[in-house]
Amino acid sequence: MASEKIKVAYWPGCVSRGFTPELHGSMALVAQKLGIELVELDRANCCGAGVIAEHNQELADTLNARTFALAQQTGLSMMNICSTCQGAQSECQQRLDADSAYRAHVNEALSGQGLSYEKGEEGGWTNKNFLWLLVEDYGLDRLKEQVVRPLSGLRVGPFYGCYIVRPKERLGYNHYPDRDIYLEKVIEALGGQIVEYDGARKCCGFPVITMSRETSLRQAGTHVGDAIDAGADCLVTPCPLCHLNLDMQQPEAAKVVNRDLGLAVLHLPQLVGLALGADPKELGMAKHIASTRWVEERLTSGVAA
Amino acid sequence: MAEYTIKVRRFQPESGEGPYWEQFNVDLDPSLSVLDGLLQAKDNEDGSLAVRCSCRAAICGSCGMKVNGQSTLGCKTQIGEAQEQADKMVGATGVSAAVADSPIRGEGADLGSAGNPIVIEPMGNMPVIKDLITDMESTHWTKIRRVTPWLLPHGEPPEREYIVDPESMIDITQSMACIQCGACVSSCLSMEADPGFIGPAALAKAYRFVGDPRDAETQERLHDLAEDPHGIYDCTHCFSCIDACPKGVAPMDQIMRLRRRAGEEGIEDPNSGHDHEIAFVKIIEKKGTLDESLLLQESFAPGVKGKLKPNRRAIREMIGSIPIAIRGIKTGKMRSLHKLIPGVHPKLPDQDDVKAIFKHAEEHNEEFNLYIKGEEGELAEEDVEKGIERSAEPAGQEADSGQ
Repeated sequence: MASEKIKVAYWPGCVSRGFTPELHGSMALVAQKLGIELVELDRANCCGAGVIAEHNQELADTLNARTFALAQQTGLSMMNICSTCQGAQSECQQRLDADSAYRAHVNEALSGQGLSYEKGEEGGWTNKNFLWLLVEDYGLDRLKEQVVRPLSGLRVGPFYGCYIVRPKERLGYNHYPDRDIYLEKVIEALGGQIVEYDGARKCCGFPVITMSRETSLRQAGTHVGDAIDAGADCLVTPCPLCHLNLDMQQPEAAKVVNRDLGLAVLHLPQLVGLALGADPKELGMAKHIASTRWVEERLTSGVAA
Repeated sequence: MAEYTIKVRRFQPESGEGPYWEQFNVDLDPSLSVLDGLLQAKDNEDGSLAVRCSCRAAICGSCGMKVNGQSTLGCKTQIGEAQEQADKMVGATGVSAAVADSPIRGEGADLGSAGNPIVIEPMGNMPVIKDLITDMESTHWTKIRRVTPWLLPHGEPPEREYIVDPESMIDITQSMACIQCGACVSSCLSMEADPGFIGPAALAKAYRFVGDPRDAETQERLHDLAEDPHGIYDCTHCFSCIDACPKGVAPMDQIMRLRRRAGEEGIEDPNSGHDHEIAFVKIIEKKGTLDESLLLQESFAPGVKGKLKPNRRAIREMIGSIPIAIRGIKTGKMRSLHKLIPGVHPKLPDQDDVKAIFKHAEEHNEEFNLYIKGEEGELAEEDVEKGIERSAEPAGQEADSGQ
């Protein structure tokens, strides 16, 4: 296990190449440092983020069946770096796997492209967020061995993103019951200090930012504020959409909850990258809206101590 | 038998004091329920401990509460499982679900037991009357009445009953399974941020009538729910109600059905909910991956490049987003043109394949409801060999009488 090479079909998602380019870059860097080989699915399409399923469920299922089929063509299991991709894709996969007639109907739409999604056997083909892959396939012990700059003294608040923690019966919790405490395990493995606060498994508010702005920003502002009150130096999230609401919208969220915020929000690969010795700049941390300088200062003082 | 410590959030308004935690040690079989544990504490230690319950079998919906932070029915949660969950969370995070900073009373605190305390609180998003009893009137029943939860047929009623095709009722059996326990309301993260949100229970109930072939005011219902700023587009899609519901109603899925139906009816809501959905779908049809700038522009001011008729709210929102864009440009987040200018986002290399999928799906638009159809392989193998087909009966609870 420890020396086993991991190679995955990699679906980066849309936002990691759009408004959070630092996520895509930091994932590539961290994969290289960890020795995970990424075969990028550069012809795959958007997962629909729940919005396409809301419009036309069969359309969402077919679009994701196409992505799964492209991954299966490589002969590899799939990895994503977005809680929302994970949730939206798991939802479609659950329907596709439930019924062979429905699967055949969806595959009919892909046949012209020479593609077909096949249901994996138990323990066969999977689609996992980097967080799940890191804990379940790479292994926390192996991760610990790679740490060159333990995050000693860094107080990190986990922020999961709804789509990766609920609903439990869809997201494989019967096989992996600890998936809702993986961020804590990773923070610990990297030598950081876990900060528990009310919002860790709550909603960032992003899905309604264009429709119900105040509800959305109140959620983001409340969680960031709670984390600050609990003593966090930063948050870490495996979801770029959460990142948009917690980081990019943070100054606007501060106005809605009527208090000063100013808390760095790191993407999961960035937090891992820091512990692996990567430079904050190469991890794209300068691209964030909420300054990450405090995190960098804590880390340098932590090493000195 | 096993020993458990339950940590209950208590409150008695007549005392004039704030809420506090009290710990009780109980002794019962792990397969018994959290409610059984509470009733044992009430019988043996403190008869004033207030909890609402009746059937103890997940039918009456009286004992909604939070166990280790999770909204559920006390009678449907095994105390052994609750103990495992409490131990797991304390092990991972170092703190129990009882983060609220209140004093702890009770002997249980000193007696101790093998595991960590199981934390029991009254339901969320509702005022507490006493201990675990909440006032469901203000945030549950008022909102249920808000959605006109009865049939509105047109014309003279038939001499006897309304006769409908059984197939046409299957779609609403899932929303009919609701027992009005309020667990979904308790768990709702939108309501936490916006108490005015109509909420999961009432919106699931609304779908029960929108989907009913006997109802004649479907259009009016959909307009009402889409146009209300606290209506279907205020749901933040967090799945909390799906995990909380003890009957598999999946209220969020019903809200998504309401959105789909409102979209099919072409309802243009002032919340930009429909515009956002259409913009998203069109962008993926055109580009294959998401063009975020175009999504923002099209959600607020659809067709701005062609027709230029954004509404007042759209203009306000667009102006509001300018500081965000400027900050993004400064940090380098949006420095490249294709991220900043709507529509410049590149197409996927084989976008024609994606377009073909749109064409196929639009022709069929099939909805596969797992609650109704169930999973293949759930039948015993011998049934499959005998060629018994899966029935169209709902896999979950039997339908109620449509109240």
